[in-house]
Amino acid sequence: MEVTARFNVVETGDRDAQPMLFAHGFGCDQNMWRFVAPRFAEEFRVVCFDHAGAGGSIAAYDVERHASLEGYAEDVLDICTELGLQDVVFVGHSVSAMIGVLAQVRDPGRFSRLVLVGPSPRYVDDGDYVGGFTAADIDGLLDSLASNYLGWSSQMAPLIMGNPERPELGEELTTSFCRTDPDIAQRFARATFLSDNRADLPKVSVPTLVLQSREDAIAPLEVGGYVAAAIPDCELVVLDAVGHCPNLSAPEQTVAAIERFLHEGPSRVRS
Amino acid sequence: MSGAEAAGAPTGEPPCGFLSTTPAGVITGANATLLSWTGHRAEDLVGRRFSALLTAGGRIYHDTHYAPLLVMSGEVKAVALEILRADGSVLPVLVNAVLDRDGEGEPRGIRVAVFDASDRRSYERELLIAKRQAEESEARAVDLARTLQRTFIPPVPPTIPHLEIAAGYRPAGRGDEVGGDFYDAFQVGNTWLIVLGDVSGKGVDAAVVTTLVRHTVRALAVHSTLPSEILTGLNRVLLDHETDRFCTLVIMSLGRTGGHWSLTTSTGGHPLPVLVRDGRSGGIGGPGSLVGAFDDPEFVDATVELAVHDRVVLFTDGVTEGRDGDQYYGEDRLHRLLRTPSQDAAELAHAVVDDAVDFQGDLPRDDIAVVVLRVPPTD
Repeated sequence: MEVTARFNVVETGDRDAQPMLFAHGFGCDQNMWRFVAPRFAEEFRVVCFDHAGAGGSIAAYDVERHASLEGYAEDVLDICTELGLQDVVFVGHSVSAMIGVLAQVRDPGRFSRLVLVGPSPRYVDDGDYVGGFTAADIDGLLDSLASNYLGWSSQMAPLIMGNPERPELGEELTTSFCRTDPDIAQRFARATFLSDNRADLPKVSVPTLVLQSREDAIAPLEVGGYVAAAIPDCELVVLDAVGHCPNLSAPEQTVAAIERFLHEGPSRVRS
Repeated sequence: MSGAEAAGAPTGEPPCGFLSTTPAGVITGANATLLSWTGHRAEDLVGRRFSALLTAGGRIYHDTHYAPLLVMSGEVKAVALEILRADGSVLPVLVNAVLDRDGEGEPRGIRVAVFDASDRRSYERELLIAKRQAEESEARAVDLARTLQRTFIPPVPPTIPHLEIAAGYRPAGRGDEVGGDFYDAFQVGNTWLIVLGDVSGKGVDAAVVTTLVRHTVRALAVHSTLPSEILTGLNRVLLDHETDRFCTLVIMSLGRTGGHWSLTTSTGGHPLPVLVRDGRSGGIGGPGSLVGAFDDPEFVDATVELAVHDRVVLFTDGVTEGRDGDQYYGEDRLHRLLRTPSQDAAELAHAVVDDAVDFQGDLPRDDIAVVVLRVPPTD
C-alpha cells in the first residue's frame, strides 16, 4: 500500500509551500491537531497523519518495527520521502516529540525546524533525573489500558478502518477517536514510556521550540526544561495551560507560540 | 441542558459519586457519596485537579485518552480508572463525564459520575487473566504443532554425491495444526532411500503415526532396501499398531553403478512419482495399495535407469488436489510446470510449492510436500 494510504495522510494548504508535518501523541490520532494545524494552512503545506496502529493506520502496525520509537521515526521519514517533503517543520506532540528528534537526527537535511509539544526524553525517574514516573507507575498504566480493553471489541477495528477519512467531528469520530486495539495500545505504551532518548537530544541540529504546559502530569515542567537545555539551539515556551494536551486545551496560545517561533526563530530566554 | 426531559425531580442522595469541575478539570464540588467512598473531605477536594485523585497510570490514561475524548466529543462513558482514597488505598471506578458548553459553545464545566466498580473490576481481572491464559495456551499449542511438524522432515536436505536433491514443504493453513505429510532421505550401505508420504488425518494422533512410519521405514530398510518389501513390512506394522490410521507413500531406492543411477520405486496408495526427461513427463511404476489398510496389499517395484538432466519428482496430493473454488490444481498443471526446461532441483521444488500455494490463494487446505531429484551433467 502507498505510504499516504497506509498512514492515513491528510494534506491541506498550499502544496507548493513549505511543509509542516504534524504528528500526534500516544492515545489518539491526528484529530488531536484539529484546532491547530488548520491555522497554518494559509502559509504552509499542512500534512497530518495517523501513527501506525492509531486512527486510520491500524493496518500499518508491525509488532517488530514498532517495538521502539525508531520504527515510528522511520515511518515519518518514509512519509517525507514519499511526499517529497523538504525543509520540513516537524510538529510533534507528546511521544511524537521524541519521534521527531529521532527522525531529525537520522536525516538531518530533511527538517528545518522542530516544534516539540510536551516532550519527554524519558518518563521513568533515573538517579538524579526526574521523569515523573516510577517503573511501577508504568505498570499501572498498562493495567489501566487493560481495564479499558472493555471499551474495545473486535468489531471496532473494521469500523475504524472503514472510516479512514473522518472529515467531520461527528458520530464517526466519537466511535473511533482515542480507541485503539488494546494489544497495540499496550505495545505503544511500552515503546513510549520505557524509552530513553536523552542521549539523542544534543544531536538535534535544527532550531527547536519546546512548548510546555505550566502544569503537566505526564511531561512536567522540569522535563521540558531538561529538553530545552539539552538541545543546542532550543527555546522553551511555557504556556499558561493545564494538562498534557495544550493543542486541545489552549490552541490559541499553542498556535501563537508556533507562529512566533517560525517567523522569529528561537530566543534563548523566554517563558 | 438539552435532550430528554426528566420525569420529575429525583430526591435524595444519588447512589453514585458525582463531581463537577472547571473545563480544565479543577474540582468545584463533590457529593456526599463520593466523599464517603473516598474518605476525602470536601475542602481537600475542591481546588484539586480531578486527575490528581487518580493513580499514576490512570493519570496518564486520563491525559492521553479521557481528556482529549471529552474535548472532542463532549462526553466519555464507562472509562475504567482508579481513585486514590484518603488513606492511600485504591478504589476502582467506572466514570462517565459530560462537558457542558455555554451559549457560545465555550466549555463551561465538566460533570463526572463515578461508579464503584470494585467487584466488577475483580471479575474483569479474572476474565483478563483467563483471556491471557487462553492466548498463551493457544500460542503454546501452535508452537508445539510447528515443532512437531519440523520432525517430519530432515532438518537439512541431505547431499547425495552425483545427484541433486531438493525438497519443498508447506504445512496446511497457517501452520498452526500438525498435518501428516513427511519425507525422508537416508543412506543404507551404498543405496540411497527417498521416502515421501502422507498419513491420514491431522493433529496429535496423526503426528504419532507419522513419526512411527518414518522410523519404521528406516528400521525396515536395514533388512531390505527393496521398496516393495519395505512397504509390505510397514503395512504389517501399521495393521498391528492400535491406530486405525493408514498412510500413502512412495519409497524409492537409488544405487549408482558404472557412473549411472538406477532407481527402483514402489508406491502405496500415493500419486506416482514423475520422471521428466527431454521435455516429456510421465509417472514411474504402477499404483499400489494404501498402506496400513489391507491384510494382503499389493506393492510392485519399477526400475528406471536415469540419464543426465533427468528429473524425478515426488509429491503429495496437497499439490494436485489443491482447490481454487471448484477448480482442482490437477496433474496436468503440475506436469506442465515440471516440463519447464532447465531448472535445477531446488528451483523446481520451490516452483512447485509456490505454484500450488498461489493457486489456493496463499492458504493451502492440505500440507504440501515435494522432493525433486535431478541428475546433474557429468562431472
